[in-house]
Amino acid sequence: MIELRNITKVYHLGEIDLPVLKGITLSIKEGEFVSLTGASGSGKSTLMNILGCLDHPSGGEYLLDGKDVAGLNADERARLRNARIGFVFQNFNLLPRTTALENVMVPAYYHHPVKSTKEIRERALELIRLVGLEDRKHHTPAQLSGGQQQRVAIARSLINSPGILLADEPTGNLDSTTSVEVMHMFRELNRKQGITVIIVTHDPKTAAFTDRAINMSDGLIMEGVSDDLSATLRK
Amino acid sequence: MKMWNLLLTCMRGLVRNPMRAALTVLGIVIGIAAVVAIMEIGEGSKQQIKDKFSNLGADVVNIFGASVSTSGVNSGMGGRASLYPEDAVAIMDECKDTVVCASPYVRASGQVIVGNTNWSPNSIKGGNEYYLDIEGWEVERGHSFGKKQVDEAARVCLIGRTIADKLYSGQDPIGQEIRIKDVAFTVIGVLAAKGADGMGNDQDDCLILPWTSIRMRLMGASGTATVNKGGAANSTSKVSSTDTFSTSAVSFYPGSDLAPYTNAPHPLRTRTVDSILVKIRSSESATPAMDEMTPVLRRQHKLEPGVLDDFEMRDRSQFIKMVTGTSETMSKLLIAVAMISLVVGGVGIMNIMMVSVTERTREIGLRMAVGARPRDIMQQFLLEAVLLCLTGGLIGIAVGRVASELVSKHNGWPVATSPMAMVLAVSVAAVIGIIFGWYPAYKASRLDPIDALHHE
Repeated sequence: MIELRNITKVYHLGEIDLPVLKGITLSIKEGEFVSLTGASGSGKSTLMNILGCLDHPSGGEYLLDGKDVAGLNADERARLRNARIGFVFQNFNLLPRTTALENVMVPAYYHHPVKSTKEIRERALELIRLVGLEDRKHHTPAQLSGGQQQRVAIARSLINSPGILLADEPTGNLDSTTSVEVMHMFRELNRKQGITVIIVTHDPKTAAFTDRAINMSDGLIMEGVSDDLSATLRK
Repeated sequence: MKMWNLLLTCMRGLVRNPMRAALTVLGIVIGIAAVVAIMEIGEGSKQQIKDKFSNLGADVVNIFGASVSTSGVNSGMGGRASLYPEDAVAIMDECKDTVVCASPYVRASGQVIVGNTNWSPNSIKGGNEYYLDIEGWEVERGHSFGKKQVDEAARVCLIGRTIADKLYSGQDPIGQEIRIKDVAFTVIGVLAAKGADGMGNDQDDCLILPWTSIRMRLMGASGTATVNKGGAANSTSKVSSTDTFSTSAVSFYPGSDLAPYTNAPHPLRTRTVDSILVKIRSSESATPAMDEMTPVLRRQHKLEPGVLDDFEMRDRSQFIKMVTGTSETMSKLLIAVAMISLVVGGVGIMNIMMVSVTERTREIGLRMAVGARPRDIMQQFLLEAVLLCLTGGLIGIAVGRVASELVSKHNGWPVATSPMAMVLAVSVAAVIGIIFGWYPAYKASRLDPIDALHHE
């Protein structure tokens, strides 16, 4: 499903070229539950942005569902993100003073072709139920706990039925109990709906929930190292 | 994104911060209210002036004879006695597109006597059955004269309010005898008062007669009859005194017997009229009307191509324009000032939209991440600005209306609701929204989703 071939990313800071990704080759199959780990500065955020089509690589090939998406322009990438990728963020990024239900509906408004508002609302209600917040659907983010907010965000990421969920430190702002709940939810989604889930995290405990850990260091992938780590942690 | 959803999104965006939205809108409200109030008051005073001057005949075109030079002395306008009553008939028959009616016009002056009182009226005017309509006279009591009386040069007259007061003090003048320059006439109507004209002359100090009656019965009958600007005309025009006025039912001129004229010089009677008054369909159509009438008159006067016109036309709309122009200039000036406040309001909108974009950077980042294209973001913020301005515009119209009503109640100024002002206000508001909302919206749409998402 996801094929990265020798992906590089170089930031230009004035005169200095700063290579962040130094040739990433990676393949993630449909239905995998993967974590992307690494110390800060290892380039995992940059890789995630590229995986999420928020950014384009400086070099290399990125095949998503067999199509090269490295050369898409901003509009095409927006369409692709909207249809194929669901985002979950560390700080939830819910719209303030907007109900949970409305928050879940936001990505559907940008869907192409246009969906009817009724259809969007029904789907959003279904997802709110799925994440267990039916009684709180009219609450605003300020009236919800961190865990609840993250569950709203997960519901939001699913509204357009994407094939991939990309979670950037989804447990970073949550306490350990809620973190476990949220990670269980990701696993459920992966197991029951077959959604490919990619969790970006620096936390080994979070990474331990996944089936496969991709460890990054200094712009390169050190796969396998953290497989052992996760295996030990799972026990 | 569907328009309706976009609209809802924008409204939610605005409602999230109602106080700020209200304060932002205030600038536009004040600006639009000022524009609407000033336009309504301006429109009101313009209409008042128009009403006051409409009885001067804004929709009237005067046709004079052209000037003529005799021995180097120019007679000035109307010097050439070139206009005939048939010209008025021809204009009415042939210029139906622009002309409502036309009347020959003659003027005389002299003394009027009733019983033992006498009076020298400002003017004695003559026209045909359309004359009252052209000059905007109303008959207060009695009735006007018709075609029959004009054809017969009947000895009937209408008197102005002033004359009625001076000569009949209290009595009903209708049916009474009045002697105009020693010719007995019957008063058949009293004209409604018009008041003073633009120059302060009493318009009601006048008598209106069939023009034929002035020509046939008052002029020439006494040597003292003077024709308005006609001194030159009488001496310079080739007057064929033996002509009979063709449309006249009775013959006022002796037949071919010229003996009396040779034996005793007889005062000349001219067949020409002083001028022709033409009522046109609207005061705006003066130019097309003149264009339509010119060839008719040239043909009537048998002018060869290349020969200069022997008549001149003047419309009175110029005068009205001059008077209304002053108040128009004033209200234009005030509208310009109000427009400045609108621009200031627009800058306020821009300021708040900039703040809003900065404040909502994360929202923009999120929307972009979940699939909003730059143009979707642009649309959203532009529409928010336009919505703000339109709301301000609508409130402004209401406030402006109330303000102008209050002003008219308090100061007694005339106010006319001006749909134009409202349409203008709303469109100006929308345009301000687009102009001042564009840059913040553009900035929002150029944000990088990654940076925006991590904006603190």
